Amino acid sequence: MTMPYYVAPEQMMKDRAEYAQKGIARGRSLIAAIYAEGIIIVAENPSRSLHKISEIYDRIAFAGVGKYNEFDQLRVSGVRHADTKGFAYSREDVDARSLANLYAQYLGQVFTHEMKPLEVEILVAELGTDRRPNQLYHIAYEGTITDEDRYAVLGGETEAIAEKVESAWRADWSLADAVHATVGALAGPDRTLGGADLEVALLAEGSGRRTFRRLTSAELDALLA
Amino acid sequence: MTLPFFAPTDDPGPDFAGLVRRLRIPHGPVAPDGRVPAGDAPVALRHGTTVVALRFADGIVMAGDRRATEGHLIAHRTMDKVFPADRYSAVAIAGAAGPAVEMVRLFQTQLEHYEKVEGVVLSLEGKANQLGQMVREHLPMAMQGLAVVPLFAGYDLARGTGRIFTYDVTGGHYEETEHNATGSGGRDARTTIKLGYRAGMAADEAVELAIQALYEAADEDSATGGPDVVRGIYPLVATVTADGFARVPDDRVAALFASLIDRRRGEGAQS
Repeated sequence: MTMPYYVAPEQMMKDRAEYAQKGIARGRSLIAAIYAEGIIIVAENPSRSLHKISEIYDRIAFAGVGKYNEFDQLRVSGVRHADTKGFAYSREDVDARSLANLYAQYLGQVFTHEMKPLEVEILVAELGTDRRPNQLYHIAYEGTITDEDRYAVLGGETEAIAEKVESAWRADWSLADAVHATVGALAGPDRTLGGADLEVALLAEGSGRRTFRRLTSAELDALLA
Repeated sequence: MTLPFFAPTDDPGPDFAGLVRRLRIPHGPVAPDGRVPAGDAPVALRHGTTVVALRFADGIVMAGDRRATEGHLIAHRTMDKVFPADRYSAVAIAGAAGPAVEMVRLFQTQLEHYEKVEGVVLSLEGKANQLGQMVREHLPMAMQGLAVVPLFAGYDLARGTGRIFTYDVTGGHYEETEHNATGSGGRDARTTIKLGYRAGMAADEAVELAIQALYEAADEDSATGGPDVVRGIYPLVATVTADGFARVPDDRVAALFASLIDRRRGEGAQS
């Protein structure tokens, strides 16, 4: 019988983290920010059908960067969790905090126990009410969960983008200001991004109980003009 | 609760009813394993009564009375029997109230669940089929006296027209070209609509006709509630057009009933 090579746990975790980080860094970054009317999520995504940003529930949105099939599986299970919870209890009992915790537990579990960690970073955003503030939960590939109250940047090279958002961020951002600043931060100094290169969605009070809404390319071009 | 994950070969897909079954969350009076409780249905069950739907030029009108009965007693005076199924469709129920309301809740969640998981909205025909499957699954309960007979209508965005579907207890569904009504007062309502219906009516006319149909049904059928002027309870009327589902405001329904009653009084109604 052959004995497996001994690998120190520190080394094993380091290797897995490096592997996951590399996978995530291959993709484009994503920004979520609080603005005057709610939450805006902006991603660079030329595809009109393979979404990075999606609706989970009435006031909850999901966004992911990294490997599409992996974060999409997380998205679907989030929708399933929220819909079954709302069905078994009531719609108002569905909250982002418990969903974010479940994601964090799952990602942590996979990171330590599976051969391959998930190469994703995800965001769970919840539009606040009179009694609850807006929430942005940023969950990393190994299950680390951080609770942001202004903005969150997901992806590989986030420092430069985060700096730009930090300097521009204001709580009373109008939608146009928020789109300008976040798209500018994603594009960097050498590029310009148009409506067709972007996927942008909002969580904002509208006419009904479902607050998630995608901006069309035409709307985006008008806002960016 | 845990995050529900399934192997790719064993995934329920966008099917919420299947998911709920798989997770063993109780839904309706049928046990999660599909068993039906034995014995006859208990006597004092709440029943919903008259609901109508008709097409007009820009979509459909759907309306239902508010009375629920237990045997020959009034159990509830403000029951809703007309619900938005999603943005562009509405569902109305007649039959045993408990399972009917539960079925509507499952149906509403199913439509939204499909939309979120798949990223596209089901076609109107797909929605009608889904509801048919739910009614069919309910058949064992219907055989015990707990029948649920919904009415489904909506605006078909692909065809640019309103469409109405009626059901029987086996889940069979049939598209109506103009109008239909179901429930214990359905016959009287249908006759009223038949006499007043014209193709391509305006929304206002269609709402008025629906209200008149409910009035006639309540006049003949003890299980259908008429306008309750004392308490200010009026039937629920909704329209679905290209702009989506919209409830006709209560004060407008009240005004239409008031003018209908005035007309009848002026005619010296005897029968």
